[in-house]
Amino acid sequence: MNIELVLFGAFALLTLLSAGTVIFARSPINSAMALVSTFFFLAGIYVLLWAHTIAVMQVLVYAGAIMVLFLFVIMLLNLGESPTRGKPTLARIAGGAATVGLFAVLAIILLKIPAEPATLSLEAQASFGTIATMGEVIFTRWLLPFEAVSLLLLVAMVGAVVVAKSRI
Amino acid sequence: MVPITYYLLLAAALFCMGMFGVLVRRNALVIFMCVELMLNAANLTFVAFARMRGDDLGHVSAFFVIAVAAAEAAIGLAIVIAVFRSRGSVLVEDIRTMKH
Repeated sequence: MNIELVLFGAFALLTLLSAGTVIFARSPINSAMALVSTFFFLAGIYVLLWAHTIAVMQVLVYAGAIMVLFLFVIMLLNLGESPTRGKPTLARIAGGAATVGLFAVLAIILLKIPAEPATLSLEAQASFGTIATMGEVIFTRWLLPFEAVSLLLLVAMVGAVVVAKSRI
Repeated sequence: MVPITYYLLLAAALFCMGMFGVLVRRNALVIFMCVELMLNAANLTFVAFARMRGDDLGHVSAFFVIAVAAAEAAIGLAIVIAVFRSRGSVLVEDIRTMKH
């Protein structure tokens, strides 16, 4: 039995279970905690794909920064549980049908894509997905988008303060 | 070796679950969390294709998606706070001034 396949199966199952909890949990706090565990299991899957830098950023930025922001807002607004649950209204049935249809179409397309991961030389394996390689690519070929993203974050920060402030 | 198709199917399932949550849930905060799920599915697709091609560009794309998701979360949550302050609710069916 292939250990990589076992790890992938465990992480994939736990990711989908956590994602299901995000959708179906009654209180937003439970959704947020399930989302944190989803991000951790996804980080494990990124490690299996040799994307170590992305895995670290997933834990630091997503599970750390963004989810703290979510939890902070949920606790600030002091929300209770959702008032109704489980009633299969027309909107819910239509949403479920659309979801199943989209997944079927995506699966048909994805099963036609060749499945083999690239075979890399030993040197390429050692540098693939490391922060040194990613930094080199970002700061040479993608410098302008990188600076644009830093500007975007600045604008978002100022905008969040302006929008959430009670009186300007 | 795990075939890349498995990763892509996992990403598709995750994206569909996020879409279901966006369509069905009524709490604006939970809808934002489901949008984060969909962004993560897109990231997983980028990283899986990067592994398939042996190319770092997918990792760079995932990095940019994470940065944009951080900006989106900041702005979205600020809007939710502003709406909660004026309407006293975060349920999306209570916020339909612009519907007509």
